[in-house]
Amino acid sequence: MESVEALVAHIQGLSGSADELAQLHGLLKQADGDALRAHSAGLLPFLSHLHPGAHSLGYLYLLDSFVSSSANLRAHAGGDLLVTVADFLTSCSADQIRMAPDKFLNVCRVLKNEVMQLNAPIRGIAPLRAAVRKIQTSSEQLTPLHAEYLMLCLLAKQYKAGLSVLEDDIFEVDQPKDLFLYCYYGAMIYIGLKKFRKALELLHNAVTAPMSSLNAITVEAYKKYVLVSLIQSGQVPSFPKYTSSTAQRNLKNHTQIYVDLSTCYGTGSYSDLETFIQSNAEAFQTDNNFGLVKQVLSSMYKRNIQRLTQTYLTLSLEDIASSVQLNTPKEAEMHVLRMIEDGEIHATINQKDGMVSFNEDPEQYKSSEMVEHIDSSIQRLMALSKKLTSIDQNISCDHAFLMKVQSGRERARFDYDDFDSVPHKYF
Amino acid sequence: MDVDCEVSAAAAAAVTNGLGGGEQAAAAPVSADQLDVEAYAAQYSGRTRVARLLFIAERCGVEAIQLEALRMAHDEARAREDTVLYLDAVLKINSRLGPRYRHDQAWVDSVNRRAEQRKEKLETELNGYRTNLIKESIRMGYNDIGDFFYAHGHLSEAFKSYIRTRDYCTTSKHIVQMCMHVILVSIELGQFAHVTNYVSKAEQTPDTLDAVIVAKLRAAAGLANLETKKYKLAARKFLETGPELGSNYSEVIAPQDVAVYGALCALASFDRSELKSKVIDNINFRNFLELVPEVRELVNDFYASRYGSCLEHLEKLKPNLLLDIHLREHLGTLYNDIRHKAIIQYTLPFISVDLNTMASAFKSSVSMLEKELAALITENKIQARIDSHNKILYARHADQRNATFQRALQTGNEFERDIKAMLLRANLIKHDFNQKNWPGQRKMNL
Repeated sequence: MESVEALVAHIQGLSGSADELAQLHGLLKQADGDALRAHSAGLLPFLSHLHPGAHSLGYLYLLDSFVSSSANLRAHAGGDLLVTVADFLTSCSADQIRMAPDKFLNVCRVLKNEVMQLNAPIRGIAPLRAAVRKIQTSSEQLTPLHAEYLMLCLLAKQYKAGLSVLEDDIFEVDQPKDLFLYCYYGAMIYIGLKKFRKALELLHNAVTAPMSSLNAITVEAYKKYVLVSLIQSGQVPSFPKYTSSTAQRNLKNHTQIYVDLSTCYGTGSYSDLETFIQSNAEAFQTDNNFGLVKQVLSSMYKRNIQRLTQTYLTLSLEDIASSVQLNTPKEAEMHVLRMIEDGEIHATINQKDGMVSFNEDPEQYKSSEMVEHIDSSIQRLMALSKKLTSIDQNISCDHAFLMKVQSGRERARFDYDDFDSVPHKYF
Repeated sequence: MDVDCEVSAAAAAAVTNGLGGGEQAAAAPVSADQLDVEAYAAQYSGRTRVARLLFIAERCGVEAIQLEALRMAHDEARAREDTVLYLDAVLKINSRLGPRYRHDQAWVDSVNRRAEQRKEKLETELNGYRTNLIKESIRMGYNDIGDFFYAHGHLSEAFKSYIRTRDYCTTSKHIVQMCMHVILVSIELGQFAHVTNYVSKAEQTPDTLDAVIVAKLRAAAGLANLETKKYKLAARKFLETGPELGSNYSEVIAPQDVAVYGALCALASFDRSELKSKVIDNINFRNFLELVPEVRELVNDFYASRYGSCLEHLEKLKPNLLLDIHLREHLGTLYNDIRHKAIIQYTLPFISVDLNTMASAFKSSVSMLEKELAALITENKIQARIDSHNKILYARHADQRNATFQRALQTGNEFERDIKAMLLRANLIKHDFNQKNWPGQRKMNL
C-alpha cells in the first residue's frame, strides 16, 4: 500500500484526461479501505495540497474516508470542516465525482448532519443545491440528495430556495424512498408558499405511486393530500384506476380521522366542521397538520361565498352573512374584502347600501400577455407530446415487450396477413 | 249517507301552508275539505275498497269521516268474509261505533273454520288432479286456491299459487289470465317490480288482446311506474290507457284516478310540446279528464301560463289527494316539480323579470320566491342571476368565447399534469419499483 503522500502525488498527476482518471480511480479504489482509514485523522492537511475543482475524484476519496470516522468529526466539529466541505461541493467537477457516487452522497449526508447538529440548516443550503445539480445526469433525474436538500430548506424555512429544485419535472427515479420523501417534502414547501395546486400534484404522485406495501411516508402524504384537496377544490377525489391496490385498501384505515373530516366538510356547515376540529385537535396536532386544518376551515367560507357569486348579481351583506353562516355583516364584509384582495372573486362593496355587487371575470383573453401565455403552453405541450411518442416508440421496439406480445399471439398462429396473396398452386 | 265536513280551521291552515310545497310527515292526519266517502268507495270494488277505506280512516284528521270510513270498511270486510281486514278494521274502530262493531271473535272463528274446511277440500281436489296429470284441471285447481287465499287476505300464498299455474298454461288466454291475477296480487302486496314484469309478459303474448285487457295492463304499468317514482314513464302509460277501461278495473284503479295520476305526472315531467301533444290534444285521454274537471282546468291553466290559478287548483285538490293510497308519498315531489317547472317556464322568455310581479303571479312572498330561485339557479335549471338589491332577475347567457378559452387552458394543464405523472409512473415500473428492493440494494445506475 502506498503512503498517503504518494497517493496525493498520483492524484495531482493523473487528474488530466479521462483515461488518466480511470487509472486514478483504480488506484484509489485499491488504496481505499484500511490504508486510507488508518491515516484518516491526518488526511486533512493533505487536502490543502489538492485543488477541489481539478482533483475532485481524489479529493473526494480522501474527504470521504476522513469524514467516515466519527471521531474525526467530533474533533473538528464546526469550524473549518464545514467550510472545507462546502467549498468542495460548490467547486468540484461533475464528471469526476460521478465516478464515485456513493462517496459523494456520503459526504453530502455528513454535511447535512453536521449542519443540523449545529442548528444552522441554512448553512447547508447553498452547497447542497450545487451538489444536487452536479450529481444529476439530467435535469429530469431524481437523486437521494433532492430529499435531503428539500428537508434542509424546510427546516431553514427557505422555501424559495427549494423552488428552484422543485421546478424541474422528474421523470427518472431509482429508489422508491427518494421519491416519496421528495414528493412529501416538496409538497410541504409548496404548501408553505400556498401553491396548493402544485402541492396537490406532488402528493398525488406520492399516493398513486406503484407500491407493494404501505409505508409511513405515504400515509402522511395521504393525510396532507386530503387536507390540501379540501382547500383547493372542496372535495377529495377518489383513487384513480392506476393506484396500487395496497394503497387503495389500506390508506383509509390509517387516516380515518381525515376521511371523517372530509365528509364533515362536505355537509357545508361551518359550525359542524368547527366542532369536529375542536374535538380532534390533539390528533391533528400530533400529525403537525393543525395549521393546514385551520386553513381548511377558513376555505369553507370562501367556497360558500364563491357559490353566491354564481347565483346573485348583488346581495346585501346581511344576506351573505346569513347564507354563509357568519355572525355579523361586518365579518361578511371582511371576508369578502379579503377575497377580493386575493383575487379569488371579482366584486365591489357598496358600503352606503351595505351591498356587494359581483362582477364577471374581467379577463377578456385579448391581451398580448394572454397570447404569450397560451403560446408557451402550446409549445410546452407539444414538447411533452413528442417525448411521449418517442417513449412509446422505444417501448414498442423493446425486446421484452415484443416477446410478451408474441406470446399473446401464439394462439392465432396464422394471421390472415401471413398467407400469401397468391394461391400456392400458381407457383 | 252524505257526510258534509265543516271546513275546520285546521283545514284552512293546511291549504295555506301547503303553498310552501313541503312534504308533510307521513303520519300527520289531514283534514279533508269535502270528502264523500260513500261515493269515493263506490268507485272501487273488491279488496282495494276496504284497503282504501282503512287508509282514509288512518290519514284523515276529521273524526266523523274517520268513523264513516271505518264503518264502511267493517261492513265490507264482514260481507267478504275477509278476517284479516276485518280484524284490522275492528282494531281501528276501537269500540267507538257502538256494540255492533265490536270485536266478534265468534264470527272470526267460524269464518276461519269454514275457510280451513274449504282449503282442505280444495287441496285434496288439487292433489287428485295432480295425480291425474290433466293440465287444465291442475291449472284451474291452483287458480281456485289462489282465489281462495286472495279472498281471505293471505296474499303471499295467493301469489305463490298463481305463479304455479304458469307451468300449466296452454293458451295465451290462460297466460293473460295468470298475468292479470299476479298483477292484482302484486299491486296489493306493493311489489311493483313484479307488476312491470308481468305486464310485459302479458303484452308479449302472440294473440291480440282484448281492448279492455290492454287498457288494464297500461293502467297497471302506469301505477307500477308511479310507485317506483318513474313519473315520466308513468305519465306516458296513463296517457296511453284507452277509454275502454271504464270501470272494468275497479278492483285496482278508477278512471278518475287514471286522469289525476296521468295529468299530475305529465305536468311534473313533460316539457311543453309533449304536454300539448300528449295531454291536451289527446282525444282518448280527454274522456278521462272529463271525469275530473278540476284537473282539466289545471292542465289548461298551466299550458296557458296562468300559474297563479293553476297552483290554486293544485292546492284545492291536495287534501283529497293525500288520502289516496297510491299517490300520497309522491304528492310532495310531484307538487314541487310542478311548481319548479312553472317558475322555470315563467322566467324563460324574459331578459329581466321584476321579482315583485313574479311573486304576485305565483302568490307567494318575494323573499320565499328569491330563495326558490336561488336554489333553482344553483341546480343550473335557470340561467340567470339575482339582483337582490333591486329585486330583479336578470337572464345570464354564458360568454362562449371566454368559457372556451378557459376550458382550453384548463384542459392543457390537466393534460400536462396527467402525462407527467404517467411518465413518472412508467419509469418507476420500469425500474422494477419494488419496495422489497430497498433499503438493501443501493445501486445508483448513473
